Amino acid sequence: MSDYKDTDLDQNIKKSDIVSQKHLRHFLDIEDLPKSLILDILDLAESFAGVSGQPVKKVPLLRGKTIVNLFFEASTRTRTTFELAAKRLSADFLNINIDYSATKKGETLLDTLRNLEAMHCDMFIVRHPSSGAAKFISKNVSQNISIINAGDGRHAHPTQAMLDIFTIRKYFPDFKKIKVAIVGDILHSRVARSLMHALRILEVPDIRVIGPQTLLPKGIEYMGVTPYVDMDKGIKDCDVVIMLRLQNERMNSSFIPDEHEYYNLYGFSPKRLDLISKKGIVMHPGPVNRGVEISSEVADGNRSVILQQVSNGIAVRMAILSLSMQP
Amino acid sequence: MKYSKEQTQELLLKIENSLKNYLLKNNIQKPIIIGVHTGGAWIADWLQKRLDYEGKAATLNISFYRDDFSKVGVNPRVEPTEMPVSVDDEHIILVDDVLFTGRTTRAAINEIFDFGRPLSVTLVVLVERNGNELPISADICGERLELDNNKNIKLLGPEPMILEVIDKDN
Repeated sequence: MSDYKDTDLDQNIKKSDIVSQKHLRHFLDIEDLPKSLILDILDLAESFAGVSGQPVKKVPLLRGKTIVNLFFEASTRTRTTFELAAKRLSADFLNINIDYSATKKGETLLDTLRNLEAMHCDMFIVRHPSSGAAKFISKNVSQNISIINAGDGRHAHPTQAMLDIFTIRKYFPDFKKIKVAIVGDILHSRVARSLMHALRILEVPDIRVIGPQTLLPKGIEYMGVTPYVDMDKGIKDCDVVIMLRLQNERMNSSFIPDEHEYYNLYGFSPKRLDLISKKGIVMHPGPVNRGVEISSEVADGNRSVILQQVSNGIAVRMAILSLSMQP
Repeated sequence: MKYSKEQTQELLLKIENSLKNYLLKNNIQKPIIIGVHTGGAWIADWLQKRLDYEGKAATLNISFYRDDFSKVGVNPRVEPTEMPVSVDDEHIILVDDVLFTGRTTRAAINEIFDFGRPLSVTLVVLVERNGNELPISADICGERLELDNNKNIKLLGPEPMILEVIDKDN
């Protein structure tokens, strides 16, 4: 749930009244964001995209602000693109590696937060293996600190979903005309959950989720998506296919027979490219397990936009950081 | 108060002539014309055509360089900056519609220097009004105006360009 900055707003105020405020305080989830705010973030990201092409890849918007990456879980792309986004906005930036921090020596999370607050930080970017961790932190920090959710357990990864829809819009400007499929480990994927919400809010008419029965949450139809266990049927004529990684680290029992079998049933092999729409694109939030959920030929081919997703991640995160830091 | 189309045109012709003389006097052959969004970009494009330079003028959107982010934030609908050529070792003609506090010009100069090191920057504005807060003044201007604090002046356009003095509340 995203909290809006204007604390004077009446609790019972209609969502449409909040939309006009356009101000985020925290960026925790996509679920309750109004469509207009999502489009604002995409538009602003479009303007920030040009900054990466300048000789000096920096604008002074967040000069004097201090942003902290608070990562309790491994990450390469998300951590580094948040860092680059903050630095391109001229913010001071701190990476706290929890593995080596005082938490390992027994300090509680709240004590760590209090200490960071005492250092006058303005924003925490939080990644945590527990669902709801970013929200918990947002409830326990002082008023002037913004929290950005960089992935919490199986719950949400809203900035990844934002950069995915930003990438989709580059190829398909009208969300109301496209078919999108998300393939793989839907059950454990916070990316899938945030994406389904984003696509629903943007009124994508045909959202499909594809995977083995064991990796499709029960009752997922209620999220406005159509489940498929047959990949070939599921991706037929889709404009966008988003492949997900098998999250072995979150699986505590056997969900699939073996990786080879999984590739045969749900891997994006070159011949499956013929099934999607002529201008269809293939996406993957990374890290890619080549030969498990996607073949190298497809991942490196001309229908793949995987590396563009990474570049777009910087601009989108710049937009989210600056909108959350607004007065 | 609204200027007529003809009155605005007269000011435009005046800055065009002044600019031509300035370029001759300073022996500047081919400067880069850069307009500040939105009004300045219209005037820059107009000057670009009048001087027979190829292509469109470069445009700057100084939104990310403003000094009041912590007070007013950023507008999500920001037209991108378009700088198609290098500014290194070039003479720059920076164009805006109105010079008021000088803060926009300060931001624009900062942004230009993020693209390189120009030889010189010359400021051309259609109107310079009272209320300057920084040591910045126009090298070329169509008209100098004394306005009450509650008045704003803005350029309507792009075709035709018409200057208008309005109350700040509007």
